[in-house]
Amino acid sequence: MNSATEKTFVKFEKIDKSYDGEVLVVKNLNLDIAKGEFVTMLGPSGSGKTTTLMMLAGFETPTNGEIYLDGMPISKIPPYEREIGMVFQNYALFPHMTVQENLAFPLEVRKMSKAETKEKVQKALDMVELGEFGTRFPAQLSGGQQQRVALARALVFEPRLVLMDEPLGALDKNLREQMQYEIKHIHDRIGITVVYVTHDQSEALTMSNRIAVFNDGVVQQLSTPDILYEKPENSFVAQFIGENNRMTGTIKSVENNYCSVELENGAGTVKALKVNVGEIGEKTQLSVRPERVSLGSDGNGENVFTGKVEELIYLGDHIRVRLDVCGNNEFIVKVPNEGSFDYNEGDSIKLNWNPNDIRALDLPN
Amino acid sequence: MEVPISTAELLTTDGVPLKQSLKKAERKNKIRAFLLVFPLLLFIIVTFVMPIGDMLLRSVDDTQINTVFPNTFSEFKKWDKEKDELPPEEVYKALFEELAYGDKIQVGRALTRMNYSKSGWKSLIKNTSRAIKKAVKKNEFPDSYKDFLITANDKWADPTFWYAMGQMVNNQTPIYYYNAIDMTYDQDQNVIRQEENRRVYVQTWIKTLKVSVYVTFFCLVLGFPVAHLLANLPLRYSNLLMIFVLLPFWTSLLVRTTAWIVMLQQQGVINGILVWLGILNDDGRLSMVYNETGTLIAMTQILLPFMILPLYSVMRVIPKSHMRAAQNLGAKPATAFWKVYLPQTIPGMSAGGLLVFVLAIGYFITPELVGGKDGKLIGSWIAYHLKTTLNWGLCAALGAILLGVMLIFYWLYNKIVGIDNIKLG
Repeated sequence: MNSATEKTFVKFEKIDKSYDGEVLVVKNLNLDIAKGEFVTMLGPSGSGKTTTLMMLAGFETPTNGEIYLDGMPISKIPPYEREIGMVFQNYALFPHMTVQENLAFPLEVRKMSKAETKEKVQKALDMVELGEFGTRFPAQLSGGQQQRVALARALVFEPRLVLMDEPLGALDKNLREQMQYEIKHIHDRIGITVVYVTHDQSEALTMSNRIAVFNDGVVQQLSTPDILYEKPENSFVAQFIGENNRMTGTIKSVENNYCSVELENGAGTVKALKVNVGEIGEKTQLSVRPERVSLGSDGNGENVFTGKVEELIYLGDHIRVRLDVCGNNEFIVKVPNEGSFDYNEGDSIKLNWNPNDIRALDLPN
Repeated sequence: MEVPISTAELLTTDGVPLKQSLKKAERKNKIRAFLLVFPLLLFIIVTFVMPIGDMLLRSVDDTQINTVFPNTFSEFKKWDKEKDELPPEEVYKALFEELAYGDKIQVGRALTRMNYSKSGWKSLIKNTSRAIKKAVKKNEFPDSYKDFLITANDKWADPTFWYAMGQMVNNQTPIYYYNAIDMTYDQDQNVIRQEENRRVYVQTWIKTLKVSVYVTFFCLVLGFPVAHLLANLPLRYSNLLMIFVLLPFWTSLLVRTTAWIVMLQQQGVINGILVWLGILNDDGRLSMVYNETGTLIAMTQILLPFMILPLYSVMRVIPKSHMRAAQNLGAKPATAFWKVYLPQTIPGMSAGGLLVFVLAIGYFITPELVGGKDGKLIGSWIAYHLKTTLNWGLCAALGAILLGVMLIFYWLYNKIVGIDNIKLG
């Protein structure tokens, strides 16, 4: 895994972007991407991630700030001179050209010789396992095949960087998962830098070296997938990545890295990891992952509560238990199916979690 | 258990042969479908197939005159032009009788037809008819019909009139087609070119084609950017622009054409402004109307929507990402446009082009009004013969040639572009 300390390849510096002069769609974006890294911009629609990508590709101009590619400012360079490959949302394959012609297009505009073009096109097609399909037109290919052609076309001219704008959005679930691995493997094999945009968190977790979570034009957190999931720095990230149980309360005391939080409805006090909170007396949102809660034991005596089983959902590998805990009847616990689960709906059970697993974060806006 | 493999025909659960059952089930639908399209079919047959068929027949039809002079013509065919300078006595006799007892209206119509083959026929026959009728009234039948007729009018001794009759003695004639391309018969029934002062159609055909090609080209050049704007502007502006495109479309053709006269004439708006600005001298006013220029300007404006709308409908569905993708792949905007955008608009360009060309080639009102003498197209000649000379055979031949030209262009177009490449919406 690459780390941010390696030599910076792409650098966003103090980027602001506004379309109408009234609303900033990207606010003070600072982002460093190392060579060979697979960075995903993840966020809900309208969060500014696609705009950021388009600025990098050269189709939008930053309102303020500068983007550097390999140490060079690129704001003044037109898109066709940036040497950046891109896979578009709907592939943007040229329908009047065959697959081969589509792939040859970037090479032809670079005045590459016929023989070399042919060789590179075939190599790129073989890479995406479409060697036999060169003479077909895009409309004669399935969605997954079109996707691969688009990928091959973005790579065939050996760009410095590849951008992908929700490239798998139009595929069905199985194909999407398969393509995720394929893109990841191609990335591992040729070691190209990839900036990927998606709103699908599992896609981001599967493929990326690092993920930048966007919301409201601001990068909320930039980390590796595991840190993002295990140690979200604010309530938006905690909520957007994976599932979590949320409780709000007031900070009563703080000691070292922990704080005591009195729950809102007087349901008790929770000892939680202090992550992103204000002073004593201020409100905080607590977040705990459903798989980090244990049922039916006192643990080491901290954070022990009693809940009522509201609903059981059998999911094969695990059982999803919805509980009413501390006045929150949306409290979810995932119990691995080890064959010994014997609770029923309506049962009252004990549950506990480790203070390290519950994080005290800011209140969502 | 052994599964019996049957080579017999498949049966339904009720034991009816499957194919028969399927046919029965589908028959009702087929009948219903036919009944639904039947009114349209009838309409097309009555208003389209029949008139065109009638026109094609009429363009070669010469039966009317053959019903008026059947005996004259059959005797005429026996005439040996090598041996005798004038036709034999029997021809004169048959003509005498058929003029004496023929239906006056039918003879009158036949005379019009005779005049097409040689002018002078009409007065000759009318003149002769009077003498014949007088003689018949008095019951004085001549010994020699030949001498009688020649006495009545000495033109009956002129063989050129008799040669001209040779053009009419068959029920079918290609003469109208020859006329439509400035050809005619000489006295020996050879096809020759018309006298120089009577050649009008070939140059009109060429002008019609030329104007149609120009109008199509100008419509494409002017319409392409408009269609592109329509397809790419934000909805608010594109709706407004669309209204500007459609508004003239909804205005009466006559109003638009006369508006162009107001704009373009020598004392008109454009000349007035140019003189006022000092660009033109008062005596150097441009003549932009009542000539070919006027026809080109007015027809281009009138036919422009027929180019814009098919282009627009094609451009609207070309994703904007294509131009971006092309640039991203390293193509300069001009290259991206030329290699990626333009080829995708070919279905629209061809649909619009064909539409404008076909409309232009048969256009009548506008060239008639603004074309003056040298801006007239073939449509004006068709109207002229239809209304003024009543030479419907020539009208039909001109129309049939027009139809043929269009079919040739359609065939060429299909060969080059492919008709399935056309896209109207």
